Amino acid sequence: MTSSFDYGRFSRRHIGTSPEEIQEMLGAVSAKDLDALIADTVPEAIRFHRKLDLPAARSEEHALAALKEIIEPNQVFQSCIGMGYSGTITPSVIRRNILENPGWYTAYTPYQAEIAQGRLEALLNFQTMVCDLTGMEISNASLLDESTAAAEAMAMCQGIKSGDVFVASSDCHPQTLALLQTRAEPLGIEIRVCNPDNLDLTGDVFAVLLQYPGTDGVIRPLTPLVESIHAAGALAVVSVDLLALTLIQPPGECGADVVVGTSQRFGVPFGYGGPHAAFLATRDSHKRRMPGRIIGVSRDAEGKPALRLTLQTREQHIRRDKATSNICTAQVLLAVMASMYAIYHGPEGLRDIATRVHRKAVALADGIRQLGYDVPMTPFFDTIRVPLGNRKAIEILRLAESFRINLRALDDHTVTISLDETTGALDDFLKIFNSGNDVALVLENPPVSLPKSLLRSGQILTHPVFRSYHTETELMRYICRLESRDLSLTTSMIPLGSCTMKLNAASEMFPVTWEKIGGLHPFVPVSQAEGYQRMFAQLESWLAEITGFSAVSLQPNAGSQGEYAGLLVIRAYHRARGDSGRTICLIPTSAHGTNPASAVMAGMQVVTVGCDDDGNIDIADLQKKIDIHRDNLAALMVTYPSTHGVFESGIIDICERVHAAGGQVYMDGANMNAQVGLCRPGDFGADVCHLNLHKTFCIPHGGGGPGVGPIGVASHLVPFLPGHSVIPTGGDQAIGEVSQAPWGSASITVISWMYIAMMGPDGLLDATKVAILSANYIAARLEPYYTVLYKGTTGRVAHECILDVRDWKTRAGIEVEDIAKRLMDYGFHAPTMSWPVAGTLMIEPTESESKAELDRFCDAMISIHGELRAIETGESDRENNPLVNAPHTAASVTADTWDRPYTRQQAAFPAPWLHEHKFWPSVARIDNVFGDRNVFCTCPSMEEFEPATA
Amino acid sequence: MNVPEDLKYADSHEWIRVEGDTATVGITDHAQAELTDIVFVEPPKPGTLAEATKTIAVVESVKAASDIYSPVSGEVIEANAALDADPALLNTDPFGDGWLFKIRLSDATELDALMSPESYRAQIS
Repeated sequence: MTSSFDYGRFSRRHIGTSPEEIQEMLGAVSAKDLDALIADTVPEAIRFHRKLDLPAARSEEHALAALKEIIEPNQVFQSCIGMGYSGTITPSVIRRNILENPGWYTAYTPYQAEIAQGRLEALLNFQTMVCDLTGMEISNASLLDESTAAAEAMAMCQGIKSGDVFVASSDCHPQTLALLQTRAEPLGIEIRVCNPDNLDLTGDVFAVLLQYPGTDGVIRPLTPLVESIHAAGALAVVSVDLLALTLIQPPGECGADVVVGTSQRFGVPFGYGGPHAAFLATRDSHKRRMPGRIIGVSRDAEGKPALRLTLQTREQHIRRDKATSNICTAQVLLAVMASMYAIYHGPEGLRDIATRVHRKAVALADGIRQLGYDVPMTPFFDTIRVPLGNRKAIEILRLAESFRINLRALDDHTVTISLDETTGALDDFLKIFNSGNDVALVLENPPVSLPKSLLRSGQILTHPVFRSYHTETELMRYICRLESRDLSLTTSMIPLGSCTMKLNAASEMFPVTWEKIGGLHPFVPVSQAEGYQRMFAQLESWLAEITGFSAVSLQPNAGSQGEYAGLLVIRAYHRARGDSGRTICLIPTSAHGTNPASAVMAGMQVVTVGCDDDGNIDIADLQKKIDIHRDNLAALMVTYPSTHGVFESGIIDICERVHAAGGQVYMDGANMNAQVGLCRPGDFGADVCHLNLHKTFCIPHGGGGPGVGPIGVASHLVPFLPGHSVIPTGGDQAIGEVSQAPWGSASITVISWMYIAMMGPDGLLDATKVAILSANYIAARLEPYYTVLYKGTTGRVAHECILDVRDWKTRAGIEVEDIAKRLMDYGFHAPTMSWPVAGTLMIEPTESESKAELDRFCDAMISIHGELRAIETGESDRENNPLVNAPHTAASVTADTWDRPYTRQQAAFPAPWLHEHKFWPSVARIDNVFGDRNVFCTCPSMEEFEPATA
Repeated sequence: MNVPEDLKYADSHEWIRVEGDTATVGITDHAQAELTDIVFVEPPKPGTLAEATKTIAVVESVKAASDIYSPVSGEVIEANAALDADPALLNTDPFGDGWLFKIRLSDATELDALMSPESYRAQIS
């Protein structure tokens, strides 16, 4: 019989512990064997006892070859479809050093800012770039896509101005209009689509969305439009093209209140829809209403400037059902790439690209005019609108396809052509408009053809960072310098509870940058994406088998989007049965804050359900709430295993009670890594479940995104799976699109395909078992030193464990944050801090860590326990000790003066392994209060970066 | 914990000082200590009609965003402008310079439903 640990098996390299080490660890947790441990941990009633029906495991090279064959039918044409996606050249220095570099892609969201200064700086550059190009005062970093950014702007504006009508210009991208409709309807907002030349602002209009340039390429002067919107008492939201803004007047100068857009064409491949980084920028006065993550400048304990996530109290994990947005995961990796693209090209380089694209479009428009088409003379940037008279757009599109070019049919008798920096010779374009025949025209190289009134005056990207790294050597070093400030999986384990920071294997990542994966525009004819469709079908069926559901939608491009999509599906199901009064969503107090935020966005009212002392759902309270809301019960949202890291034994009973009252069960799949192969949500009562492919299925966290959050649903919900307005997909009574692209962040779903293909059913099962063993091993090793807070009835934790350190506050004056920061001195990223319980650490080791690494982490925690005891006994100073002063920078321990009551060795080298490899936090403890009181979110001038004591 | 004798208290940790038909409202010493360092305050705009026990303002610390509930109904007549530049006043002087807003009472009998210093002291102890 073969085993996941055989030589040649990928699973042997994915799972961090050897069979011998597993035996040792089982001894430490007093379990006879792995199966006995699992039997102790997972309630028998929910166990799945057959083997997952998945293809047998393939080796790395076989899986790569198989995937290559599957996607072979994909056709990479020159796509001039536009609609918010443009061809772009990823500079090789960025591709190799960021996109393909685990030092960047395996990092986590920069909550532990002291060991994340590199990507925080890159994100601050992103914000600075967006603010500069849009002319706005503050930007976030980042949002999921342009269409959801527009929807976020809508929700934000309603919070500023009350009203219930949101006007959208008809020249917005159609998928944005459709997505706005999805998001507006449950909130009772009316979307009024108006011709931009004739905006109807009567009634209770709170904001207006404009597209600049329009989806048809036309650039309309913004200032008069914005003035009319303001005169009507509404806010102006403008969706922009960043490259166009290097040439044309920025919306900030035209009075816009909110600006959204995508940075995709700044070096991020199409990827058949994503991932890409979108953004939202606004006026300083609205900063506390902004959704998404914002990087701010604060200072550290040594008085030096230091970066951190700012204004986090706006985030849904704190505001819960009062949040106006459910967004968590951003698109950090892609935002970093876009910012580096701007740094690489610099202001002149970007303007040069924009000018070349524009002049080429002008030349092409002129050529097509000479062929007898009436191309309008209205100003455009890169997109030409060609009215075809009596000719059909579909015929031109077909002809274009024969030249391996994709155009867009704007309507039955109009096409548009969007050019970009990849556009080469124009001969084939002219042939398309000359019935496929050669054209003898010699095109002029025209000047910029935009009215002066539309042109942007003054310099762009004035900050030195955009002017300093234009050679490859300099940019390579800048990227690597930033990388070296960040602790990623290339340094040590990142034991974040609920985040599943497992291996993101190189073979899983390889296909992401294949041309047949990255080179497809999301709206190409499906016939050009047959390879993708084959891969999606396999991946969807595998995920359905793993979760026990009938079907899966890959569209949601983050866990929060999955929650939202799942709840909308439930809502649509109730309404289809004439049960539209079902709007109550029960959510346990232990739930992640995104759950209530998503429920509110889906038009539901949140009713909280209490938890007992063990962190389990209080069944009596649940039944009470079900009884009160029996006729209006829409759903229960439940995380399994619970957010406290326990397999609740009552789960079947819980699901049955909800079903008996006519409700549906939504399962938050954040903790799916504890279930794969052991139990399936679809079998024990869930109707919908989202998966975090960036947790359980190996998509890297990218330093804070991308994520992918597909949903699986039971058969009665399949008809409602999300559809799409441009490329049909989803169920036959589909809810509207929840993401801008039909298959969300399509290009990175190959990572999960590779993982499942290489692990096979037995490898996946063993991975789950080892993940549970590793968590129990850590709990067992640390239990003599720290209180392990929640356990199942048999004394076992699931795939994570919670350490309670609250009593050290009174015993030693030490807070959980001090321990988290002290771990940095030992070379570790802290576990999840103060969630789900304040004052605790939640540790999730995953299956990918070796026993040596688990032991090293435990040794660090035990050594910290010794430091805590020293404070408690008075051996260490209560106010001035290695914990409260952590982390220690190289600058502080090598300074000429050292006046602390402990040694420099104790400060920076508290464990023996640090002499072999030391990760230095680049800044000392960051002042959160200062940062939140003095919100500053663009790059400071160079003088401000000078050390105060220089 | 400081609980001045001349004030009335809401169980949601606001205090109110009544002077004739107007009153000043703030958050208690206990509330500011629980919230830790306050970084932002969004007081109500003058002219806002407050309803007793309903949300009227927001205060944010690094750790949390908290709603402030109006202890009484009435029209907001003044907001503490100093908090914009120095939200830390809520921490350093919650019963003095850190006041939140002034209100013209519309129903003085609502005051009867509020707590005495002794009752509030009992609640937080």
